[in-house]
Amino acid sequence: MNLRQWFLLPARLWMALFFAAPLAIVCAYSFLTRGDYGGVERPWTVESFTRVVDPLYLAILWRSVWIALVATALCAILGFPLAFFISQAGRRKNLYLQLVLLPFWTSFLIRTYAWIFILRDTGLLNTVLVRLHLIASPVQLLYNDGAVLLGLVYNFLPFFVLPMYATLERLDPALLEAAADLGASPLATLCRVVIPISAPGLMAGCVLVFIPCLGAYLTPDLLGGGKTVMLGNLVQNQFTTARDWPFGSAASLVLMLCSAILLGFLMRSRIAKELM
Amino acid sequence: MKLRGLGVYAAVVLAFLHLPLLILIAFSFNASRFTIWEGFSLRWYQAAMQDTQLSDGLVNSVIIAVVASVISTIVGTLAAYGIWRRSAPMLSGSLYLSLVTPEIVTGVSLLALFQWAFHFLHLRLGLATVIIAHVAFSIAYVAIVISARLRNFDRSLEEAAMDLGASEWRAFTRVTLPSLVPAIAAAGLLALVVSFDDYVITSLVTGVDSQTLPMVIYAMARRGVSPVINAVSALILVAFGAIILLSQRLERA
Repeated sequence: MNLRQWFLLPARLWMALFFAAPLAIVCAYSFLTRGDYGGVERPWTVESFTRVVDPLYLAILWRSVWIALVATALCAILGFPLAFFISQAGRRKNLYLQLVLLPFWTSFLIRTYAWIFILRDTGLLNTVLVRLHLIASPVQLLYNDGAVLLGLVYNFLPFFVLPMYATLERLDPALLEAAADLGASPLATLCRVVIPISAPGLMAGCVLVFIPCLGAYLTPDLLGGGKTVMLGNLVQNQFTTARDWPFGSAASLVLMLCSAILLGFLMRSRIAKELM
Repeated sequence: MKLRGLGVYAAVVLAFLHLPLLILIAFSFNASRFTIWEGFSLRWYQAAMQDTQLSDGLVNSVIIAVVASVISTIVGTLAAYGIWRRSAPMLSGSLYLSLVTPEIVTGVSLLALFQWAFHFLHLRLGLATVIIAHVAFSIAYVAIVISARLRNFDRSLEEAAMDLGASEWRAFTRVTLPSLVPAIAAAGLLALVVSFDDYVITSLVTGVDSQTLPMVIYAMARRGVSPVINAVSALILVAFGAIILLSQRLERA
């Protein structure tokens, strides 16, 4: 074995034992029967997968996809102009980029808690609105789909801005000037020059936001209360409270498969190779 | 003219990213228990310091983060170097896949593995299982930081060293490794933060006697809002911010 093989060995072992093997076990469990006291038993069956497409659970799947799609769209609406602004900021580029990334690297749990602090019944927003006599009594702002969307957009916006910025940064300013010289309005320049050229970054950003939103667990758990159940919460619930490991495993696999397909799609784009 | 409107929009979005955290920190200094400003006070910091659950959680979190980040930095650096020498599609693929795997799926699958392994081994969920899990998801972060650095590293330097009679090992330790030191430090700090912050995976693979700081904070947040959480959050945010800025500086060095 040469040096390179030795160097790769620890990572290969660790990933095989603690990433691939656990997924293989989940694969196997998804075809087994639920045990009487939790755990799994034989016989082998595809019952868990038929339950995934049961209307009740299909509704959760669609709900997760829908929430993730809306969150992605909102990230694009907020993130695209921001990324464009940063790409045109000249010497301040790095400062602005830093400002986007800094909150992202700070604690995920605390970022979500900040919204509980602001949105709950006795939270900052309700207190201020009541004091200003804009509302008579506190309004329920937490524990609904809107709060979950807000949390997802807040947490994953940097995932969109980064690849978007990477493509916009290489946009030749002469193209913008040429479009303006030829009489294009800013909107026409945006639609017919900027967006077509930066489409790969736009796609990469959307996929990078969509994947974690689809599999989100903590944000819907804390901001959605019990009402907004997404796939991640379903998986957690089956492995803990409901103790139906085969069904939880099947739901995990569905989630995993969606993420893997999207990753494959992402890796084929040029922008991903430059970012990763 | 056109850019001014854009600038306002960008400022609003940046404010959206920062204001919630700044508000959270500001209210950690509030004298009142309620969300009405009643003057400056450090009483919630005092309360946080005296809370034994928080301090126990902190100790566990620090132990886990330090051990996990040291292991993942070594394993991840070696892997990135190996991949740089010649591509290893299976390993790269699994590293990328581990990055996009939803945390909840990583968590339950590791839980399933550990429960299965405990049929044969007399072990329990605890610090060790948490460290194993954290290393598993941090290797990819480390490998990405190191790979980015290696991409700008001139391959011919190592080849020259070997042409002049250095062994592979000597070429690595004397030529490549020294120039990787800042990136390794940056990757290690990143792994430290990622590990310290994890709640979802940790909560699934930890035992009752090894609660981490994020788990204590989660339980407190579930019970209701307390300014003590604001104080702890402010301390963590400042510490994380400093570590990340240092890490980014090292990355560019």
